Amino acid sequence: MAITREEVLHVARLARLSLPEPEAERLREQLSAILDYVKQLDRLDTRDVVPTSHAIETGTPFRDDVVEPFGDREALLANAPDRLNDCFRVPRIIED
Amino acid sequence: MANVPVHEWSLLEAARKVRGKEISSRELTGAILARIEAIDPKIHAYITVLPEAAAAQAAACDEEQAKGALRGPFHGVPIGLKDIFCTRGVRTTCGSRILRDFLPPYDACVTEKVLAAGAVVPGKHNMDEFAMGSSTETSFFGATRNPWDVSRIPGGSSGGTAAAVAAAMCFAGVGTDTGGSIRQPASLCGVVGVKPTYGRVSRYGMVAFASSLDQGGPITRTVADAAALLGVIAGYDRRDSTCVDIPVPDYLAAVERPVKGLRVGLPKEYYEGGGLSPEVRAAVEKALKALTDQGAEVVDVSLPHTEYALSTYYLIAPAEASSNLARYDGVRYGHRAEGASGLIEMMSRTRAEGFGDEVKRRIMIGTYALSAGYYDAFYGKAQKVRTLIRDDFTKAFESADVLLTPTAPTPAFRLGEKTGDPLTMYLSDIYTIPCNLAGIPGISVPCGFSTEGLPIGAQLLSKPFREETMFTAAGAIERALPMRRVAPLEG
Amino acid sequence: MAFETVIGLEVHAQLSTRSKIFCACSTAFGASPNENTCPVCTGMPGVLPVLNRKAVECTIRTALATSCTVQRRSVFARKNYFYPDLPKAYQISQYELPIALGGHVDIEVDGGTKRVGITRIHMEEDAGKLVHEGEFAGAQASLADLNRRSGPLMDIVSEPDMRSPEEGGAYLRRLHDILVYLGVCDGNMEEGSFRCDANVSVRPVGQAAFGTKAELKNMNSFRNVEKALEYEIRRQVELIEDGGKVVQETRLWDAGAGVTVSMRRKEEAHDYRYFPDPDLLPLIVDDSWIEELRATIPEMPAAKIERLGRQYGISRYDAGILASTRALADFFEASAAIYGGNPKTTANECVHWKDAILAGTLSPETISHAVEDRERGTVSATASKKLVELVLSTGKPFRTLRDEQGLTQLSDTSALDLLVDKVLAASPKEVEGYRAGKAGLLSFFVGQVMKESRGKANPKMVQEVLRKKLGPPMV
Repeated sequence: MAITREEVLHVARLARLSLPEPEAERLREQLSAILDYVKQLDRLDTRDVVPTSHAIETGTPFRDDVVEPFGDREALLANAPDRLNDCFRVPRIIED
Repeated sequence: MANVPVHEWSLLEAARKVRGKEISSRELTGAILARIEAIDPKIHAYITVLPEAAAAQAAACDEEQAKGALRGPFHGVPIGLKDIFCTRGVRTTCGSRILRDFLPPYDACVTEKVLAAGAVVPGKHNMDEFAMGSSTETSFFGATRNPWDVSRIPGGSSGGTAAAVAAAMCFAGVGTDTGGSIRQPASLCGVVGVKPTYGRVSRYGMVAFASSLDQGGPITRTVADAAALLGVIAGYDRRDSTCVDIPVPDYLAAVERPVKGLRVGLPKEYYEGGGLSPEVRAAVEKALKALTDQGAEVVDVSLPHTEYALSTYYLIAPAEASSNLARYDGVRYGHRAEGASGLIEMMSRTRAEGFGDEVKRRIMIGTYALSAGYYDAFYGKAQKVRTLIRDDFTKAFESADVLLTPTAPTPAFRLGEKTGDPLTMYLSDIYTIPCNLAGIPGISVPCGFSTEGLPIGAQLLSKPFREETMFTAAGAIERALPMRRVAPLEG
Repeated sequence: MAFETVIGLEVHAQLSTRSKIFCACSTAFGASPNENTCPVCTGMPGVLPVLNRKAVECTIRTALATSCTVQRRSVFARKNYFYPDLPKAYQISQYELPIALGGHVDIEVDGGTKRVGITRIHMEEDAGKLVHEGEFAGAQASLADLNRRSGPLMDIVSEPDMRSPEEGGAYLRRLHDILVYLGVCDGNMEEGSFRCDANVSVRPVGQAAFGTKAELKNMNSFRNVEKALEYEIRRQVELIEDGGKVVQETRLWDAGAGVTVSMRRKEEAHDYRYFPDPDLLPLIVDDSWIEELRATIPEMPAAKIERLGRQYGISRYDAGILASTRALADFFEASAAIYGGNPKTTANECVHWKDAILAGTLSPETISHAVEDRERGTVSATASKKLVELVLSTGKPFRTLRDEQGLTQLSDTSALDLLVDKVLAASPKEVEGYRAGKAGLLSFFVGQVMKESRGKANPKMVQEVLRKKLGPPMV
């Protein structure tokens, strides 16, 4: 199943991966090969099969509504590539 | 066994000797740090070595012991961690440029438990970037080499941990397994590797690759060591919603149990087809003979959807990964591209620069499989096939207590041999992947060597939360087939 | 051409939990930037979500109060998109299988009742906050504060059942009252606890198919929602009448300018790649839990208005004001229980002292004593008001103040008899004049009696006694 160059570029945009031209073509070929391979699943009739998201059958557990402050804001902010005081700083959102 | 060097002791032996004051933690840790310094330049099993921190931990252990206090069963013994487990204030890279300088503000549950058991952490082990790979070649920090033949790969993604254990650069390690990432490198490095039942070990603080498949587990030189270490890291953790609240049994006791009457299933699909090397087949047959010699019964079972497991895995794992790895956007931590003019450009370049090829490939596949118009055909379909694969195992376990298969189709291959062809690389996980899809436990135990002297492992699979059964069978194989576990490396 | 309006509303309500929906950080408003954060809500590598039970209970109670069917099994999904206020680059929400489906809310419009359908209710985590350095469009950088991140949100999606801005406003107010009644949301629109997006379209009267809709955002009061809807309907109708076409888009309400403005359309179509969150298992709700929660549902506003009118004989208007806040209605009923003489007076007093009552500075005893003393004639209307004000400023009980201040009225007939006799005896000329037909002199006598009593006599009773003693004036 061949995937087009436009699809590769669209998926790269969705995934926020900038993709130089030669890399896009190489990825297109590799993705096509992998998608060709996984299309073997179409041979199976799964109309009446319930999908499995987890190997676990129970319901999700709950936490009680109790506040437990983490207490080390600095450790959370210390890894930031750019910050101003206690905020994470990012480049402007509106692009030209 | 008169003069076994300190670093070659088993985990339990080392722990016993520290407890018995035959050796101090300082000496034991010193021996491991010296071994790392001598050997690791050849192997590159460690991304980060922590000589000062480990020495300080060891000194603290000795002081506490002098006052009569032991932290836990591994008091003062060096145990390494795959660099996927968060360690507070100690960089955790996941083998990626994007986390090159990341200092976690918290400890993973596994880290906490290993420390609470008294272990000293000598460093963080190399791995395929974000655990995506079967050879540890995708690490941003460079490949790890197989201690049995440094021209070969150690397997992956926990290749650093398996190599460090096989090269005696720690007494044990904790790795993670999403599609075979503990068992396959354990097999290729001639050590024991355990993938516990999904939900047995908390994933809290373990950097996520594919959340519904990831499990942490021990890599050790003996089955008993693996059982003991699993006993420490397993158990309920309220911070992981998928962690199951079931008591942790005495795994160590299971290792010694007799296998008489144990029903060993041989899934025929694992022995058909051309991919399985004759040497691996012969070694696994020896393991089977070891079991039947001790009174186990053989039953033939079928897992008819095995041929679809790889496709299923290569849709589900990348889909989850594409979402799990979206957080590396250059905003709060990790690499950020320089000089971007706006937000979208910053994020896109950060991720293009920060991730390696294999990670990008899987993010692309996963994003595609989840995108509008393709979800049902790919991700949705894979989830349904996952049900069929699970049902296969449920049925097989009606007639068998444990399944015996090869762990990997071949012994370790050469560095660079498969890097150009992703699909061929994926095939090396063909026997380990179905276990993750089904959520059942598996273990790889050494069962022989190839004519080139490369280790071969056998895989045992058991029912969910019945790790004891596979420990019993693995113990029996280990007793019947004693073999060297530390690779013959010159210091 | 005549047009019909079609409106559907989506309310995002912040649930009144102490901690966030998937981690143990505080939800308190007004903390300094990133103070209420932890590895989980800042999306550090390796963290995992654990669901807050209280958030689930709030949502189930809302579902029950709006006649929705609570789903025994619902699933959390990841909504994937990149934004700096979204640390994991996905929002945990419910998509295909939400926790509640198919309910309704009854609203009152044009003197009648109208039923607005509720499509679904689902739970999700809130985003953080971005502050732009300088003007938004020209900002060189933005700052992310993740305090609000992962706050518990409940999304209530209505059917496109409303046909006018008034109906939209009535639905929102009624829903707001329900949530506040339940105590699941503080309802504060200014702080963003109760937010609303509107889908609005117009179609020629008689046309079955819906017109193309616009989604309106950024309306932070009921009035603004109504105004934005009014503006948008006018815009769409004019557009169509001028031969144009409505474009499906998101528009922001600019309250200052009183217009809706198109948000710049993004170059890429949204593709959120929803899939079940593998870090959470399905949310399972059993019958006994639902029944346990059903028992905690208080009387809802519509039922309360109806009952207050019936039980106390007060007007629908007063009942509506009292029932607008559960605390006020409860206060009214508590006061009426202490003194049941005339509930209408009690209702008037409750409406008059609404702010103080809701601020918690008045007790039902104060209001019931005030009403009782007035009805009995012990205290005048003016004195009563003055006394309640004194209660508020001093905190002393109403009747203590009444006695201390000597604000009691003289309503004892025998005492008044004596005073009146004294005044009449002292003014024989005026008595004669009155009896001769100068009826206006009555007020002179009242004034004299009041003066004699130093203002304490009950004027109404003084008149009665005077009339009795003087007899009818000659004609």
